[in-house]
Amino acid sequence: MNHMHPHHFGSQTEASPHHPVVAELTDVLKNEPVNEEYYHLVVRCSPEAAAAQAGQFFQLLCPHSGEAQPFLRRPMSVYGMNPQTRELEFLYKVTGAGTRGLATLRPGDQLDVFGPLGTGFTFDPSWRSIVAVGRGAGLATLAPLARSAKERGIHVTAILSARRPDLLVSVDLFRSFGADVVTVTDSRQTSGPANVERILRSLIAENRCDAFFTCGSSRLMRVQQRLAHEFDLPGQVAMEQQMACGIGLCYCCVRDFNVDGEIVSRRVCWDGPVFDLKEALP
Amino acid sequence: MNAVESKVDLSVKIGGLTLRNPIMPASGTFAEGLEKVLDFDRLGACVTKTITRELRTGNPLPRVVERPGSLINAIGIPSKGVAYFLEKTMPHYAGYSTPLVVSISAPTAEGFASLAAELTIPGITAIEANISCPNIEEDGKAFAMRAESTEKVTRELRKATNLPLWVKLTPNTGEMPDVARAAEASGADAVVVANTILSMAIDLKTFRPCLGNVMGGLSGPAVKPIILRQVFQCAKAVDIPVIGCGGISNCDDAVEYLIAGASAVQVGTATFLQPKTMTTIIDDLERFCAHRDIGRVSDLIGGVVIEEADEPDLAWLDPIS
Ligand SMILES: Cc1cc2nc3c(=O)[nH]c(=O)nc-3n(C[C@H](O)[C@H](O)[C@H](O)COP(=O)(O)OP(=O)(O)OC[C@H]3O[C@@H](n4cnc5c(N)ncnc54)[C@H](O)[C@@H]3O)c2cc1C
Ligand SMILES: Cc1cc2nc3c(=O)[nH]c(=O)nc-3n(C[C@H](O)[C@H](O)[C@H](O)COP(=O)(O)O)c2cc1C
Ligand code: FES
Repeated sequence: MNHMHPHHFGSQTEASPHHPVVAELTDVLKNEPVNEEYYHLVVRCSPEAAAAQAGQFFQLLCPHSGEAQPFLRRPMSVYGMNPQTRELEFLYKVTGAGTRGLATLRPGDQLDVFGPLGTGFTFDPSWRSIVAVGRGAGLATLAPLARSAKERGIHVTAILSARRPDLLVSVDLFRSFGADVVTVTDSRQTSGPANVERILRSLIAENRCDAFFTCGSSRLMRVQQRLAHEFDLPGQVAMEQQMACGIGLCYCCVRDFNVDGEIVSRRVCWDGPVFDLKEALP
Repeated sequence: MNAVESKVDLSVKIGGLTLRNPIMPASGTFAEGLEKVLDFDRLGACVTKTITRELRTGNPLPRVVERPGSLINAIGIPSKGVAYFLEKTMPHYAGYSTPLVVSISAPTAEGFASLAAELTIPGITAIEANISCPNIEEDGKAFAMRAESTEKVTRELRKATNLPLWVKLTPNTGEMPDVARAAEASGADAVVVANTILSMAIDLKTFRPCLGNVMGGLSGPAVKPIILRQVFQCAKAVDIPVIGCGGISNCDDAVEYLIAGASAVQVGTATFLQPKTMTTIIDDLERFCAHRDIGRVSDLIGGVVIEEADEPDLAWLDPIS
């Protein structure tokens, strides 16, 4: 089994220079609610922006929400990208001033986006089958894995968690790329760490877990970290932190990581947002 | 770029140093990552995040909070020390022809001097002393709060290095022109006006301060009129160049600073919102001058027109400086 070398993430050479970063005005094609909390936003952008990788993010300059003008840009994971049609998709939860401002966008409006930023998920060619475990807004971040994995001939089992079934997002998207989807929810009492661990153990036993990919829940991350150590499996986690610049200038987005017993501070926007599962701290 | 525009001379002089244009980043808002977005060879200078000799972790999170037209930051000065800077950070700038200005800080005048001496090496064009940081010899009061402590630290720095020495002042003092004069008298080649304005924000859900450090520094468009006023006052107080810094987001802002008396300007927070702000300003500045038939951007410096009748009467604004 191939192990993710820690330096696979976060080294500055990894943030590849042939993937340009752009700041540009895009055209809003669609911006619609998908359930009580989430909106699906689709914009037409440049080929450079649409060349984003799964796990990367954009900094969105959110419009006035009606009550307030958000000052900073807001980080949003790439939910979908298509360089042919030059489309970029986001799936966001309406939370505060920034995302409320985003929710006011209509087709025909423009949105200023900056990206793609950060280092995305990476794949090892030897992997046959991976597991994606996500919760809440983390489901948006994991969604483009489905396509990227399929393009590489890697099978995906997705364990998608939410408070209620109606808040589960990305289920159809994962299925459309041939992924097996297991949904777990608080309302059905299936989302606890013990149940997720049971599901993961059976996937490992069936040789369907060459690597873990996770986002959106530190409880579920800890379960996977334990299993990753126990079975010596690699994994990657996409992390969040409040951001200002999004490109490594300001050091407001730092988190601590455990690198071989030593605590090191890293910038989520620059060294991540995707990190080695085993090094991440909740 | 058309022929008319290319005739504008954008260069400015900061002491003995000529910059290709007056636009450079503000310390702490610039790093290698910006290479992905703009060409550092177009900038007047590159200014690094403040470094210290000792290793520092920086402040607890949250480190930033936004307010209308502004950002409050309490990043602190996370620093990996001098060796890391020389080995890892400096090589990034070696490939550029743009002057590299290294921002430094220390808790004592002696600490400032020894750090400046160690950084007096090929590849570093100038030292920017961030004396807005706490001075442990004076109960944590920033050096730049008072003329005496500014004079002492600047004098030590001047003895320690023959590189151009820029001293970055704090806007949180009522004695700024005196502080600027003290820096000039003790050998500074320029003053940078200014660092962030001490400020605070409280979360109404929790009644807790929004920042892990309780207080932080205000920057962004909201501070511009205040810092512009301080640039104006300092430029009148000293003969060395004043470098303006505070809330600059576009060419008009930069021109306003130049005519208030700044010889060059630094752009900070605006880069977080529009990463190409600096190169956009450079392009627009050239256009601005071409349209006004201004052949040299340096002709703008201190060009504010004040009739005698306009002399400010500040008596009603007491206390102010
Ligand atoms: C790399 C990355 C990818 C993300 N991807 C998605 C996504 O695909 N879908 C989605 O719904 N959300 C995502 N988020 C979270 C999203 O950025 C926040 O929900 C959003 O910034 C909230 O802004 P607001 O103004 O609506 O809320 P407010 O609470 O008013 O925001 C106040 C401040 O806190 C920051 N903030 C609040 N919540 C978060 C958070 N969870 N993470 C980081 N900063 C936060 C804001 O950016 C802003 O600076 C992502 C965050 C990061 C760091
Ligand atoms: C995130 C952040 C970090 C900063 N770090 C430093 C620093 O390390 N040293 C320093 O002298 N000033 C620092 N500053 C202050 C800026 O250099 C500048 O003086 C200030 O932000 C005002 O300019 P602006 O309004 O254009 O941002 C920092 C500012 C910000 C916003
Ligand atoms: S957001 Fe500025 S360094 Fe990460």
